Amino acid sequence: MNIGSLPFPPLRRGRAHEVCGPGSVFFALAQAARIGGPLLWVAESWQTERINPAGIAALIDPGRLLLAEPRDQTEALAVTEEALRSGAVPLVVTELTKPLGLTPGRRLQLAARDGNATALSIIADRLENGGAGSNAAETRWHCAPVFDAVFDAAGSTLQRWSLIKNKSGTLEGWHVRWDAQTHRLDLVSPAGERPGPEAAPG
Amino acid sequence: MFDGMHRRIVSIWFPRLASDRALRLRPVEAPFALSLTRAGVERIHCLNLAAVSRGLHRGMGLADARALCPDLLSRPADPAADARFLRALCRWATRYCPWAGIEGEDGLVLDITGAAHLFGGEAEMLADMRARLLRAGIAARLGLAATRGAAWALARHGEGVAAPGADPLQALGHLPVRALRLEEDTAAALDRLGLRRVADLAARPRAPLARRFGPELLKRLDQALGTEAEAIAPVAEPPHYAVRLSLPDPIGLVSDVMAGTGRLLEALCARLKDRQDGARVLRLTLNRVDGDSRQVELRLARPLHEPARILPLFERGVAGVEAGFGIDRLRLEAVQVEPLPPCQTGFHGGDRTDGLDDLISRIGTRIGLENIRRFLPADSHIPERSFLIAPAAWSEPGRAWIVPHPRPLRLFPPEPIAGTGPQPPGRFRWRRMTLETARATGPERIAPEWWLEDEAWRSGLRDYWRIETRQGRRLWLFHTPQAPGWFVQGEFA
Repeated sequence: MNIGSLPFPPLRRGRAHEVCGPGSVFFALAQAARIGGPLLWVAESWQTERINPAGIAALIDPGRLLLAEPRDQTEALAVTEEALRSGAVPLVVTELTKPLGLTPGRRLQLAARDGNATALSIIADRLENGGAGSNAAETRWHCAPVFDAVFDAAGSTLQRWSLIKNKSGTLEGWHVRWDAQTHRLDLVSPAGERPGPEAAPG
Repeated sequence: MFDGMHRRIVSIWFPRLASDRALRLRPVEAPFALSLTRAGVERIHCLNLAAVSRGLHRGMGLADARALCPDLLSRPADPAADARFLRALCRWATRYCPWAGIEGEDGLVLDITGAAHLFGGEAEMLADMRARLLRAGIAARLGLAATRGAAWALARHGEGVAAPGADPLQALGHLPVRALRLEEDTAAALDRLGLRRVADLAARPRAPLARRFGPELLKRLDQALGTEAEAIAPVAEPPHYAVRLSLPDPIGLVSDVMAGTGRLLEALCARLKDRQDGARVLRLTLNRVDGDSRQVELRLARPLHEPARILPLFERGVAGVEAGFGIDRLRLEAVQVEPLPPCQTGFHGGDRTDGLDDLISRIGTRIGLENIRRFLPADSHIPERSFLIAPAAWSEPGRAWIVPHPRPLRLFPPEPIAGTGPQPPGRFRWRRMTLETARATGPERIAPEWWLEDEAWRSGLRDYWRIETRQGRRLWLFHTPQAPGWFVQGEFA
């Protein structure tokens, strides 16, 4: 993975980030591929929609993934904080099912700083419009797959990644494509020359 | 120094071990029996003297026993506790001699060779044993002889002492052949032949007996009569992983309890390390001044015996304990132990997973150790069975994943959509979105695994399609030709 040469900032370490949109899982896994090492994925146990190890094998080795299945969001956040603070995992992905309050958001940020680990919260689709994100997050991304009429279907995973909140920079959007053969993320072309997020639902 | 003929062996038989143990805990006067369910029938396992005198016996159905004796009290038996009790008795027996062993389910065997004089002689020693057991409320029969077999026979079939140096047949001759520790069939067959007593058997020529009953019978006879040696092995004490600390003044601060726990851990871990074991589950019992007690259980992601790594994991549990008026006793026990042989650590990455294991333990104290899992590859082409989810604490990361066909990043229970025919619908509604199929790749046919019963695959074959919609979302659809219908089961990146 060669994300370093891409013109957008990688997720800053020791910070809490957020991602929403239908491409969130892809975004999280692409970050995991870049960061490397073990990955803790926190998802509440009652959820029926699950990440599929056979599917993520194209992006990262599923053996790196640890799943934590707490009962509710309170436990999920506690687990996330614990994992961030321990510093044993460089990236903790948490699937949020409820809006994140100010205090928990800030606590995540502090825990990420203490353990010098990256926190990434996935905001569920139905929460997107309810302002579910936390003020404390360093960045918030919106990720959606984009239909690509030109490119060959095999391995095509064109996505639009838009930075919709950034505490230390400007907002921007990029089109990226995962190259399954070389296991790297390619920047496709400057945003604007491609169908934008208005073409993607949600 | 002692050859076989000079040995002196005591056999102790506890004819009512289970009921004696139960009655020591809660004494009753009435007829009493312990019941055990065997093959669906509740039968009497052990009973007290009052019940025996009413005509009840072992192995009788409990319902029959109640009919004979309506005031019978009964409790379920606990064979595991009985076995523990027998082990405790065995430990007690080492006060007489160092060589004490367990014999069957309800007996002990002691090699008192050269020890009897410490108690003033054999008769005095036996009297002492009898008196102490009687005081403890345990019925016992004692046999003393020069061989283990003879002592066994005397304890169970005619309590007595075979004098040293005398012909063993004198003491054993009048006992029934069952006293030779024979199989039930052999004893019955001997009975039919009229060989009822040990003396009858010993008088017969050996060769025909061996031909008829096999070498086992003669071996038992020789063991009893002392012509064949038999060893007595002392029971090895199972390692005991518990330590405790009593405090002169009660403590209540978390830091104090943690300091005490740290001291206990040092001692416990030293013991674990000696035997190359590692604790998997630890239990800390905090006894409060008011007589109440609190327990903190710690389950570890990996067997450990390093106090420094275990102690911080206790913090969360200890902080949650209500100390009341103070805690004056701490007890730490390794409830579950696994072998942990020393292994060589490499130059690189040797300790890298340690932090992760500690993290698993730490999260485990919050959400339960079995709720932290990992994926393992499985050998199935059914999408939802192509992987296993195993508790991370009891599994290792699996081997390489081989995925021959592209699979979605997310799977969910199939959600029906409108669609007809074997070709994917051009337009469909899913999750309140109208989606247009722009490109469809497929079909990939997956057949149900007929050797497994799976409710979800009742609809038969599935033809899977990868759909790229004009709206961007990439879905995994399948069609069931045998029970026509279209479903969405997953989403690609």
